Formats: sequence, structure tokens, C-alpha cells
Amino acid sequence: MKILTKLFLIFIFVFPNIGFTNEHLTLDKAPIDLHDQASLQRGAKTFINYCLNCHSANYMRYNRLKDIGLSDNLIKDNLLFTAEKVGEPMKIAMNKKDAKVWFGANPPDLSVEVRARGSDWIYSYLRGYYRDPSRPTGWNNTVFDKTAMPHILWKLQGDQKLNEEHHTLELVKPGTLSAKEYDAFVGDLVNYLTFMSEPSKVKRLHMGYYVLLFLGLLLVLTVKLKKEFWKDIK
Amino acid sequence: MKIETKIKKNKGGLMAWVDERFPLSSLITDHLTEYYAPKNFNFWYFFGALALLTLVLQLITGLLLTMHYKPDAELAFASVEYIMRDVSFGWLIRYMHSTGASLFFVVIYLHMFKALIYGSYKNPRELLWLFGVAIFLCLMGEAFFGYLLPWGQMSYWGAQVIVNLFSTIPFVGPDLSEWLRGDYLVSDATLNRFFAFHVIALPIALLGLVFFHLVALHEVGSNNPDGVEIKKNLDKKTSIPLDGIPFHPYYTVKDLIGVSVFLIVFALIIFYMPEMGGYFLEANNFIPADPLKTPAHIAPVWYFTPYYSILRAVPPILNSQFPGVAAMGLSVIAFAFLPWLDKSKVKSIRYKGNLFKRWIALFVVSFFILGYLGTVPSNVWGQFSNTIPLIGGVDKATVVARIFTITYFLFFALMPYYSQKDKTKPVPSRVSYK
Amino acid sequence: MANHQDDKIDKKKRSFLIAATTVTGAIGAGAIAVPFLSSMTPSERAKAAGAPVEVDISKIETGSMITTEWRGQPVWIINRSKAMLDDLKKNDLNLSDPNLDVISQQPNYCKNATRSLKPNLVVLVGICTHLGCSPSAKLQTQGDMGENWNGGFFCPCHGSKFDLAGRVFKGSPAPINLVVPPHKYINDNTLLIGEDNKG
Repeated sequence: MKILTKLFLIFIFVFPNIGFTNEHLTLDKAPIDLHDQASLQRGAKTFINYCLNCHSANYMRYNRLKDIGLSDNLIKDNLLFTAEKVGEPMKIAMNKKDAKVWFGANPPDLSVEVRARGSDWIYSYLRGYYRDPSRPTGWNNTVFDKTAMPHILWKLQGDQKLNEEHHTLELVKPGTLSAKEYDAFVGDLVNYLTFMSEPSKVKRLHMGYYVLLFLGLLLVLTVKLKKEFWKDIK
Repeated sequence: MKIETKIKKNKGGLMAWVDERFPLSSLITDHLTEYYAPKNFNFWYFFGALALLTLVLQLITGLLLTMHYKPDAELAFASVEYIMRDVSFGWLIRYMHSTGASLFFVVIYLHMFKALIYGSYKNPRELLWLFGVAIFLCLMGEAFFGYLLPWGQMSYWGAQVIVNLFSTIPFVGPDLSEWLRGDYLVSDATLNRFFAFHVIALPIALLGLVFFHLVALHEVGSNNPDGVEIKKNLDKKTSIPLDGIPFHPYYTVKDLIGVSVFLIVFALIIFYMPEMGGYFLEANNFIPADPLKTPAHIAPVWYFTPYYSILRAVPPILNSQFPGVAAMGLSVIAFAFLPWLDKSKVKSIRYKGNLFKRWIALFVVSFFILGYLGTVPSNVWGQFSNTIPLIGGVDKATVVARIFTITYFLFFALMPYYSQKDKTKPVPSRVSYK
Repeated sequence: MANHQDDKIDKKKRSFLIAATTVTGAIGAGAIAVPFLSSMTPSERAKAAGAPVEVDISKIETGSMITTEWRGQPVWIINRSKAMLDDLKKNDLNLSDPNLDVISQQPNYCKNATRSLKPNLVVLVGICTHLGCSPSAKLQTQGDMGENWNGGFFCPCHGSKFDLAGRVFKGSPAPINLVVPPHKYINDNTLLIGEDNKG
């Protein structure tokens, strides 16, 4: 029996830690802070200006931006480009068939992209573009080889070149943002995408605290109750 | 006895009115206040009650999800995101349901393991055990059908692979899998019928089986960690088992502790790690199903992985995958034969010898290793070098899976032999308590 | 445990613990019922679809009406002429509820002779209060509605009649007046249906 319990405990603790390691490349850690509303708001603006032309976010309603501190009027006046009402989702006008012809692939809906790929993946991806004349778009990516998406943010980041030997990227022509500024810019965007992939997350974490507190109390009471009754049993 | 007289005294008015029409009081006494359970239950005996709790939670959250979910290939994925975002507290209900599914299996596996170590399947509890195995099979079906509903990549390809397993059955296979899908590939028709199975057929079957499981349990009485039949030692005056205590209040209050701990674990997962590192909700399932693009690595949810490993471990014979499929089916059905495979004179592991204990340990190890291997691609550990005879060039993980597949089956196949040969210890006449 | 003499049960403690656990358990059950029940309230999608509607009223000619949609129901905006407004008083004797006593049928700010914010413009939910049909507009006087008709609405289902303020005539199957939805004017030309200045 003791051997079994030990084995059992070992497995419980060891196995969940052997995660999936499909990706052999190392991803950079995205600076995610769902409580940093200023960063989320900057990210939302970037998303709407740069991404929301080809990528939709069909499950995200504009007025959900209230959760990151934007008012209805603010959304209406500054961010509402692809819809009429703040209650509408972030749809795009681009036709899926056209997109397939133009890019060779459908730009995916980004509503839950972070949950599919992980925030670190997207953060590294958006910083991993380099010049590659062999590609139709002129760009390739260290994270997603032969990506169909052109480097939308290249004016901001500048041109990177791949050092084949060390498999590292070098900035050969600076963009309008410094490397540090660009990282922060992409960081804000990924932070927003992370928020958008699960808007109720902050509420969830907050609620969990009270639920656990309550269940803790319930546990104390039930333990006392059981002890009291089991005094009878000899 | 005090409790009984109290009920009878108070039996005026409403209770009497009901009792003349429905045996309410006698149901309460027969199954709660005068249902005598052995007093020496330990930790392992929480899981039956917890399984019932999980079933109820799944039924409630499932009902609420059905109000918003759309079983339509065009709408299913979006309707799940609609639940997660637009429905008030939809995220909570969905996480409760997805976490509940996984925890259901955790609880059931622990419940089954209890029966295994304490010999609860042995005479006179064979039917109780068989109903339990049927519940387990139903639950696997329920989980499989339910997993298609979010209509993500994993849902889709998981269903595709499993349904294709049926097509390996000789002669009728291809027609059978086509009939199951209702189409030439997993499609809207498949989703629609899986939904019907998931929300109507299997829940009804589950409830019926659980009812029979409980009827059988209360007919024969609970086993206990000593494997001593408490009905053999009755009080001469009252003919109540000497080692029995009324289920209510003693085990109801004890089970409440189990419930509280279970709910804490449940809440921790729901609120802080609903994806459970990709084991409960897989990342690929946040990509809508795409019949033209298979994900790089398909694995079933963790609770199916031991059997999936067995499927992969068995090599095709005569160009047929059927042996693997048959082995997988057998690995699940094998549990049903335990009452007749175990020839031991004693029930509980406490009085079994080292031989039996070692086999159980080996089985648990096999189950976990197969379970782990089922979650990863078979080339995780690379291949054996080509210079090694017999296994040269074969995936290391496959060889390991084969070894443990064999031990998994040997546990069952050799049980009649080693359970007889095992040196058992003398069983006391009364249960040990404290 | 060891003290066999002490078989007495501490009843006080026991009943206190039972009560405390029951109350806590009941609070827990009540707390989980809240999200369960609230999941059945209108979702964000329904709320977005039922959000206030902006209507351009500059193009409604005097004596005519437009129909718009709010929360899936037809909403009429009628621009009544001077003559129409004068005729409203003539109906008073024949009405079921001329004084608008049924308060649920209009917001307080429309509890007046014309049932409107601006005297000429009335906003009505175009659903008969009898069984939910949508009445037809009979804006002109007389015509097929008889000599004493001063303009209003006629429900084809069961013959309920309403005047141009949506007030129901005596003898109609409909028990109460047509509903005036909450509304406000954002500016002279824009009406917002579904929201007023109260909230």
C-alpha cells in the first residue's frame, strides 16, 4: 500500500510537468499584464489600426473595451471603424475568398488566437520578421517559416536580416521606432490580444479568491461537524 | 435507534399524508438512517459520493450550456465563444462543464482503483461491479461525443480518428464508420447526432445505470478496506451489523468533508487553470475545425490516453489495424472480467500477499506510463539505432509502450494464476477500526 | 474517545454545527444559483441587438409616420398635424383610459394630452395590447373607418381601435393604450428610442 501511494504521488507530481514541447525554437516571454489598462488601450488602438483590416475579431464586441477602461463615447469617436454600433463585433469587410487569392491563406480570426498559439508565440512572431527575397511578400519569419502574412509593421521595426550561421536576427535598417520602443509596441498589442482572447479572465481570477475563501470556511465547518458526530463511533 | 423513534413520533400531518401514498419515510430509513455502512471506510470511499456530485453538476451545467450552444458545423465554434463572452457567467458554466468532465474521470478512476485494491468486485458484488463498468463505458462515450461539440481542430480530428477506428473492423467496418458519421467525413451531420447522443441518449443511460448501481449496492451492502462482510456479525438483539453505522448522519457528514475538498480542487482549476496546461482544454481546440488541415499532433484528452497508447503500440498485422483497435477495446472491457479472474481467498489488499501487490503496482505504473505516452508523439524520445537487432529504427517510445501494453494485459491474464498462488494473510472476523 | 463514561452528546455544540454548516451550505447553493440563473438573462448579443436606436426625424412629413424597429418590435413615429392634434380631444369621451391612468403604458414625461415629448411627434410601440398583432395605420379621418373616425390605428386581428395618441377606444378587445417606449431627443433632428434622460 505504501509503495502504491508513493508511486501515485510521484506520477501526479512528475507527469503534468512534462509538457508538450512541439516547438523547438525558444520563444521570448511576452510582457502580459491584464491589469495595465494603459497598455491594453494602446494595444487595442494598434490592433484596430493595423490588424483589423485583414484579421477580424468576430467574437469581440467593441463595447467590451469598457473592461479596459474605455467609455462608449470614446470607442464610438476613436475606434469604431468597421461597425456602426458599439455593441457590434469587430468584423471586417474583406471577403474570405479574396483573401485566399491575395495572401494564399485566410488571415485567421484573432478573437482567440492567443489561446491557440500562446502570447509568447505571437510576441516572438511579430518581432521575428526578416528580409527574404525568395518569398513572394519579401519577408520570412523565424517563428513561422514561410508565413503568408507580410510584415505589416516594417516601417516601425525596420529591416532585419537573418544571420544564417547563428540563426539570429540583426537590424540592418532602423525603422521609426527604436528596438526597445518596438518591443514595447508589440508587447502592448499582444497584451491586448491576450485580453481579447478571454475578456472575463480578470473577473475570473478575482472571483476565484472569494469562492476559495468560502469553500475554506465550509471545509472547516464540515471537518468540525464530522468530528463532533464521529465521537459516537467507538 | 433514537432517530427511528423520533421519526415515528413526529409522523403526523404532512409526513403521514405522504407516507400513505409514497413510501417516503421508509425510503429514508432504508437507505439513509438505517442503512448500515461499515465504520472503517477510509479516504478511498469518498469517490462514490463525489462521482454522484460530479454527475449532478455536469447535468446542471450541461443543461445551461444547451440553452446557448448550436449543434451546427457553421455555428458551433462561434456559439461556444458566444457562451464564453456574451452569455452572463457563460465562461463559468463552460469551465465548470469542461473541468467537470476531466474531474469525473479522475473521480471514477480513483473509485475503480478502490474496488481493485479492496476486492469490491468479488462475490457477492459482481453485478454491482458490472453496472459500474457499464457506467464507465457510458461515461467514455459521453466524453467522446461531448468533445466533438466545441468543433475545434482537436474535436474534429479526434472524432475523425476514433470513428475511423471502427472502419478497421473486418467486413462491416467501412460501412459502420460511414453510418456512424452519416457522411463520408466528420461533418455537420456527425456533429448533430453526437449532440443528440451527448445530451439525450447517454445521460439517460447513465442515470439508469447509476440507479441500478446504487440498488445493487444497497442490496449487498458496502465492502470495506478489510474486505470483511459486516453482515456476518450481527447484534443478537437488534440484528444490526456490529461494525455498521447508520449512513446518515455519520457518512453524510463525512462525505461533506470530501465534497468540500473536492469543490476546492474544482474551484482552483476553474478559476486559476481552466486549461490545466493543455490537458483539460487543448490549445488546438481554440482553432475552428478545418477538414483540410490536420494539426501536427493529435492526441485524445488525457483520460483516453492509456487506451490510445495501447492502440498505437500494437503493430498492424496482415496490413490491418484491427488488432490494435481490438487490443484497445479489450483493455477497457478487461475490467469487466475482474470478478472471475481474481481467485484470491481474500478481498482486501491488506490481507493479500506480496505477489498480488506487486502486480497491482505494475498495473498502476503501466497505466500511468501508457497514459503519458498517449499524450505525446511516438517519436518523443527518438529512435533506437539501426544496429540493434529487432528494434533498430523503431521509436523508443513505441517500444516502451509495447512493454507496458504487455504488462497491462498480463495483469489481467495472469490474475487467475498469481491470485491463487499469492500467500494471503489471515483475515480477522471483525473490521479493524482505529 | 477513550472516556467511555462520557457518552453524553454535547447537543448544543452539535446543533450549532449543524445549523452553521446548513446555513453556509445554503449560502453556497444560493451563490452558485446566481450565475446559473443569470445565464438565462439577455446576453450581450441580445443587449446589443436591443440597444437604443437612433432615428432621423427630419424627413417625416407632417401628417405622416415612419416605422422603425427596436428590440425586434415595430416602433411608429407619427408627425401629427395641427388638425390631428385638435381632433385628439374629440375622442376623449369614447376612450377606455383617456387620463392615462395605466402608468405602465407610457413614461412619466409622456403622461400628457398628446402622449409625447414634442406635441406633434408621438412614439408608439406598434403592438396591439390585446394579443400582440401589429395594427394598421388609418391616419386619415373618416374613410373606411366610418364617419366619426378622427384618424388612428385599427388592429386587423380582433378589431381594436386606437387614436393618434395610441389610446384605445371603448369597446375594443384591447384593454389598455399602446405603449410609448422610453425615448429622448439627442438634437432637433435625431430621436433616440430605448433610452431616456432618467437613467
